[in-house]
Amino acid sequence: MSANTATAPAKALPPRVALRTWVAIALFAGFALVPVLAGLIDDPFLLVTATRIVVFAIAAMALDLILGYGAMVSFGHAAYLGIGAYAVAILSAYGITDLGLHLLAAVMVSAVFAAITGGISLRTRGVYFIMITLAFGQMAYFFFVSLSAFGGDDGMTLGRRSTVFGQPLLEDNLVLFYVALGFLVALYAFSAALVRSRFGRVLTGTRENRIRMQAIGFAPFPYQLTAFVISGCMTSVAGVLLANQSEFVSPAFMNWHRSGELIVMVVLGGIGNLTGAIGGAMIALLLEDWLSLLTRHWRLFFGLFLVLVVLYAPGGVTGLIRRIRGGPP
Amino acid sequence: MSDPLLSVRHLCKAYGALKVTDDLSLDVATGELHAIIGPNGAGKTTLISQLSGQLRPDSGRIDYGGRDITRLKMHERVRHGMARSFQITSILPGFTVLENVAMAVQARSGSSFRFFGAAARERVLNDAAMDALAEVGLDDRAHRIAGPMSHGEHRQLEIAVALATKPRLLLLDEPLAGTGGEEAENLVALFRKLKARTTLVLIEHDMQVVFALADRISVLVYGRIVASGTPDEIRSDPAVREAYLGEETT
Repeated sequence: MSANTATAPAKALPPRVALRTWVAIALFAGFALVPVLAGLIDDPFLLVTATRIVVFAIAAMALDLILGYGAMVSFGHAAYLGIGAYAVAILSAYGITDLGLHLLAAVMVSAVFAAITGGISLRTRGVYFIMITLAFGQMAYFFFVSLSAFGGDDGMTLGRRSTVFGQPLLEDNLVLFYVALGFLVALYAFSAALVRSRFGRVLTGTRENRIRMQAIGFAPFPYQLTAFVISGCMTSVAGVLLANQSEFVSPAFMNWHRSGELIVMVVLGGIGNLTGAIGGAMIALLLEDWLSLLTRHWRLFFGLFLVLVVLYAPGGVTGLIRRIRGGPP
Repeated sequence: MSDPLLSVRHLCKAYGALKVTDDLSLDVATGELHAIIGPNGAGKTTLISQLSGQLRPDSGRIDYGGRDITRLKMHERVRHGMARSFQITSILPGFTVLENVAMAVQARSGSSFRFFGAAARERVLNDAAMDALAEVGLDDRAHRIAGPMSHGEHRQLEIAVALATKPRLLLLDEPLAGTGGEEAENLVALFRKLKARTTLVLIEHDMQVVFALADRISVLVYGRIVASGTPDEIRSDPAVREAYLGEETT
């Protein structure tokens, strides 16, 4: 939202908020029906794709929480995907296979990593913040590259997926999909509550005007850091699920390309919109799948698509929908 | 004079060789409206920024309510009851008018580390915000997005936000800049009302307003206070007339 929007809506905004939520609910319902569709057209690969979309939707949503609502452009968020994935791989290697423990370890390590790197990164702003988060992300990447006990550069294949109460339930792709979807819905509900809470309002207020927030008595740092940590922890949940989906972990999960892809998803969906981030993840992954079927040079066309979106639909998909409905962009 | 609410001693701030605040001392008594006037570039906004904590002085001391606040940050000073408005409009453009003010109420009412419960539905916040909006006459536009509103409305909103922090000391940096006619009249009427319950430091170019409202006036020239006194004293001060007033009063 910019200061120089030409016309102001005379009335309040409540309907728009509700619309977003409805779209999200529709998306979740659509996801829930994917296995039925996959059964009908007898395409087991559809379920795999859908699981990846759901997992990346969690990560994109987590990133949007700080990028969109807090104006903190983290270019190192793939590190948390990697931390989550390696939590599964490393604990499993030591015979701890429980999903709950994997999640707990992922979230705890991510919280510590986010608190330290965020605490340092938040001393800077703008481009410097982007660069310093990138640097920390790459440090995490090279740490796992050099971790030869766990495959180093090559990564390692997981013997099996995480267990739930000792049962290998997640070995079934269908169960894994619904577990991932469950996490997406729960984390969406959590995030939606967060951005509307007092805490969320301080976060968005700081995005809008930092000096103004200080002038009414807020110190932005503790709020921003807390949001940064929450976002990192959420992303690591996606990492745990990603490792289970691919049954393989490698440092490539936390490479800076991956961080860039997460930002692309947020931008495609429309910055500062949780539902949009889910849509952005969906579009990015489907487009990638589709374009890579057509040509080996699919990245070129993907790039072209991104340029077009940024130029002609700067609000991403959600901005486009809003414009079609006749609201302000 | 009784114990001043705000007491500034030997304040200095320089940008390179340029002394923007030059050994400045100033007292603001509880309950008074203290105007600071001076030609462009005299260092008025720099002074306000140091009083509010946005800028740190190079040396000198600021006491407020009997305690040294020289090293307190802006947000800490606000918690002690000091609020400011900005010369260049500073609002949350994407928020509604009500949300802008409710944000300020939230800053002084309870913890903001609350992750659940919609802030927009908190009665305590909205009611206090509406009171502040009613005072500046913006309550009928509470649900408009603040960014695209008129300049005059932004000025009103700035003051509502400052009021919502329940200040004991209100620092107003050219609140009338860019407003005219009825808008300006309404704001002047508001300041007159505020005088009764809070201490005000006012920077303003409109001499008519300053002389009509101020209990005391300090004249700032090249970072120094050259004169300080009641409007009558200032009007008849030959040094002031020469340095500043002569060309601007009618």
